[in-house]
Amino acid sequence: MPPVKYSSGSRLERVLKSGRFAVTAELNPPDSADPQAVYDRALVLSTVCDALNATDASGANCHMSSVGICALLTRAGYEPVYQMSCRDRNRIAMQGDLLGAAAMGVKNVLCLTGDGVQTGDQPEAKPVFDLDSLTLLRTVRIMRDHGQFLSGRKLDVPPRVFVGAAENPFVPPFDFRPLRLQKKWEAGAEFIQTQYCFDVPRLQAFMQRVRDLGLHEKLFILVGVGPLRSAKIAEWMRANVPGIHIPDAVVARLKGAQKPAREGKQLCVEIIQQVRAIPGVAGVHVMAYRQEELVAEIIEAAGLLPRRQAGDAANVKVSS
Amino acid sequence: MLRWLQDYPRFLEVAYDLTQRLLRPFRRWLKPGGAVERLFVGAEQAGKGAVFNCQMCGQCVLHSTGMTCPMNCPKNLRNGPCGGVRADGRCEVKPEMRCVWVQAWERSQHMPAYGHELLNVLPPVNRRLQGTAAWINDFTGAAQQNPAGWIDIRDIQTI
Repeated sequence: MPPVKYSSGSRLERVLKSGRFAVTAELNPPDSADPQAVYDRALVLSTVCDALNATDASGANCHMSSVGICALLTRAGYEPVYQMSCRDRNRIAMQGDLLGAAAMGVKNVLCLTGDGVQTGDQPEAKPVFDLDSLTLLRTVRIMRDHGQFLSGRKLDVPPRVFVGAAENPFVPPFDFRPLRLQKKWEAGAEFIQTQYCFDVPRLQAFMQRVRDLGLHEKLFILVGVGPLRSAKIAEWMRANVPGIHIPDAVVARLKGAQKPAREGKQLCVEIIQQVRAIPGVAGVHVMAYRQEELVAEIIEAAGLLPRRQAGDAANVKVSS
Repeated sequence: MLRWLQDYPRFLEVAYDLTQRLLRPFRRWLKPGGAVERLFVGAEQAGKGAVFNCQMCGQCVLHSTGMTCPMNCPKNLRNGPCGGVRADGRCEVKPEMRCVWVQAWERSQHMPAYGHELLNVLPPVNRRLQGTAAWINDFTGAAQQNPAGWIDIRDIQTI
């Protein structure tokens, strides 16, 4: 067997390339300048997942920056996934931030277009969108693999990062979504984290097309999951958060439950188990707004622990 | 307003081909910075403005985006839809309009000549061309000029 080649040698990349089912979780960014707020949340999540996503003002709401969170996390030995959104920065800022993040020890990057400014708490802001997620993906790959900026100017040391992108199989145009995933691979993506999955049949149909296109062998696909605390929250989310599709049956199940929060957790565990059985799914990405303890319980209940194994710390050769 | 023409993408791709063939013999006169460019800017604003709600990015890719102007997307996405499209196919940012990419996808299915180009990864927009004539930029090559360090995926080492 030829030796496995690594782009960054990050824990996430090693877990995925070893064929194990990966778990990532979203770290909720604090509205604070206190590093302890980040460490408190990381402590709960770090033992139950392989990497922590640092969000970049998701929903266009301002919080501590993702690059700042990543710097704190790497300093303490945690492994972040640095989310970069095209909404707030132009290509000059983003290329510089990538170098800064890589210098701080960041080894995973998630390239996003970003939610529109109107969804956030400061809709008066100027949306940037100089690059889009695909041109950002390609830019990161050009920097990493060719050691140069978009201008062609050479880098002394390129950023060794494992490159990811997002996809949302749950919103139109459905036929185009798998082909767009292919475009993301062509643009340079190596792993994918999807939007929340509450509709497993829809995901199965998407994954069927993904397998037909052979993309499951080219990309590691992590499916987004998360608990819903009540029917009311589910209804609010699908009405107000961009790109979230929650079937009526899910809302009805929560409405009919005596303890909706427990039902929501159970539903999330069931979805993880169903998603895991779909060929081509390489892991799950757990997102829960300010409920880190619940995320840990869900990952345990879904049978995804322990995350660490003997030999995990073995040296890996990063290709250059 | 000629927006209804967009629902005849097959006609539009033929019109695109014909225009290109018609202009080609005159390409030596198609230069930026003079009366010819002013004429083209005016004509593009009026013509493509009426049909596509053209935003004058100066690097027209309509044939690669299902004859739907991607600069009408509030996020200026030239490579496909974002993840925020509403269940009824409307835009996340402007719910009063249908997602540009839902329409682009539908129309590309009726474009035998250029429909497949929707699958190409397009380079970043050259913001300096904003307000200039796309047809002139097409013939001078300015529209196809990528950032100096832009590399086609075929040349990127895959791991």
